[in-house]
This record gives sequence, C-alpha cells and structure tokens, in this order.
Amino acid sequence: MADNRVDTRVSMRTPLSRVKGLGASGHGVEHWWIHRVTAVSNIPLIIAFVIIVAALAGSSYEQAIAIVSHPLVAIILLLAVISVTNHMRLGMQIVIEDYVHDKGLKIAAVIANNFYAVIIAVACLYAILKVSLGRILI
Amino acid sequence: MAEVKVAPRPLSPHLQIYRWTWTMAMSVVHRATGIALYGGIALFAIWLVALASGPRAFETVHWFFGSPLGLLILFGYTWVLLHHMLGGVRHLVWDFGHGMEPGVRINMARFTLIGSVVLTVLIWAVALLLF
Repeated sequence: MADNRVDTRVSMRTPLSRVKGLGASGHGVEHWWIHRVTAVSNIPLIIAFVIIVAALAGSSYEQAIAIVSHPLVAIILLLAVISVTNHMRLGMQIVIEDYVHDKGLKIAAVIANNFYAVIIAVACLYAILKVSLGRILI
Repeated sequence: MAEVKVAPRPLSPHLQIYRWTWTMAMSVVHRATGIALYGGIALFAIWLVALASGPRAFETVHWFFGSPLGLLILFGYTWVLLHHMLGGVRHLVWDFGHGMEPGVRINMARFTLIGSVVLTVLIWAVALLLF
C-alpha cells in the first residue's frame, strides 16, 4: 500500500507498520490470492480426478485397490485433495462472512468450516496413503 | 439539548428486487454449486475411507453408489462440479480484465450452463462405454 502523502513524518503509524503495509486488519490479499491459485491448480487435478473416478466406478474391491495404489493415481489424488480442501475452505469462509451477521455465530461458523475442511483432508489423505502404502508393506 | 433524530438507514435491495439476468443467475448458481461440492466431497471421503477399511465396508459403499439413488447423486455431482469449474474459469478470465463487455459476459454465462450440461452427458456416455 503506497503512502502518497507529501510529508509522512506527521503520520501516527510506526515505520514498521508502514513498511508492512497491512493496515488495521493485519493481513492482506492472501485469502483472495490462495483462492485463485487453488482454482487454477484444481482445473487439471479435477479433470484427472473425474477420469480416475470413472475408471473406479465399475471396479471390484481388488481393482479399486490396484487403481488407487498406482503411484501416479495416488499422487494425483493427494494433490487434488490438498488443492480442493483449501479452495473449499476459503470459498465457504466467504459465504459465511457474507451471510452470517451475528459476530459470535460467525466466528463459530468459520472455526467449524476450518475443522470440516481439515477432517475431510486428513480422512482422504490417510485413506489414500493407507491403500497405496499398504500394498507395498504386505 | 438537541434531539438526536435517527433516520432509517438505507438498505441495499436484495435479489428479489432485480430482474433476473444470465450473469446474475450463473453467479448465484456458481455459489450454490460451490456449497453443494463442499458437502458432496464428504461422499468421496467416505468412499476412500471405506476402501481403506476393507472389502466389507467397501461393498456397502459401492452398493450405495451403484444404486439408482447413488447414480443419480453421482450424475448430479458431475454437473455441479463441471458448472463450478466452468464458472471458475469465467471468473479467472474476468480477473485478467477480459470479457467484461455486455454481449461477451452474457455469452460466457450462457456457455457455463450449456457447456456444463453437454460435458456432463459426454463424460457419462464415455464412462459407460469405456468402463
């Protein structure tokens, strides 16, 4: 944030505050930016995800294990889970901040949103790793 | 003491005031599909955890997704996913400052709906033929 005033010496802000340039909120455009970055990374990952799920649809237990434990499939699924859970967490926070006006309720909803995203992420990551690494260890 | 008069604060009009346009409708659908995907990803997590749990859990979950209700949910989920993806691409185009003109933005909004429906049918046709 550029400081365009003629004489910045009269400012009440400390030099450190001015250098950081974050203002009263204490943070900048990270939320918006990571939402865009994950939107971009989602595109190829979701295309691959749709193909993988289509291949999994008619498969038996053994076939499904074989597909998910293939390194390329496992890596794509792991990346997709990381990208998607971050994107959906940021997106839902925007929705909450738009529609939940009560302050306490808003904080509770944002925390619940974070918990949900992390639970989904850990459940998926654990399952993919167990299925793919389990086959090596047996 | 002067009386403090509190004038009623102006309120911005809500959805029902406006005439529906393509861009407005697709904006609403983009957010709605995002919320649906947010809940729907739990189905994928359940499927993966069932796969990691063993054959019995997997058979139960697999049976559900193979049932008419399960297939309907998966078909709907495919469309929701593709609509949100095409809508997202539209937003990325806007982020670079392109496609803001009236004709272009309405065509882009129409394309998100038509494109997502066509792609959904195409994906299911290919999936049913190949797998």
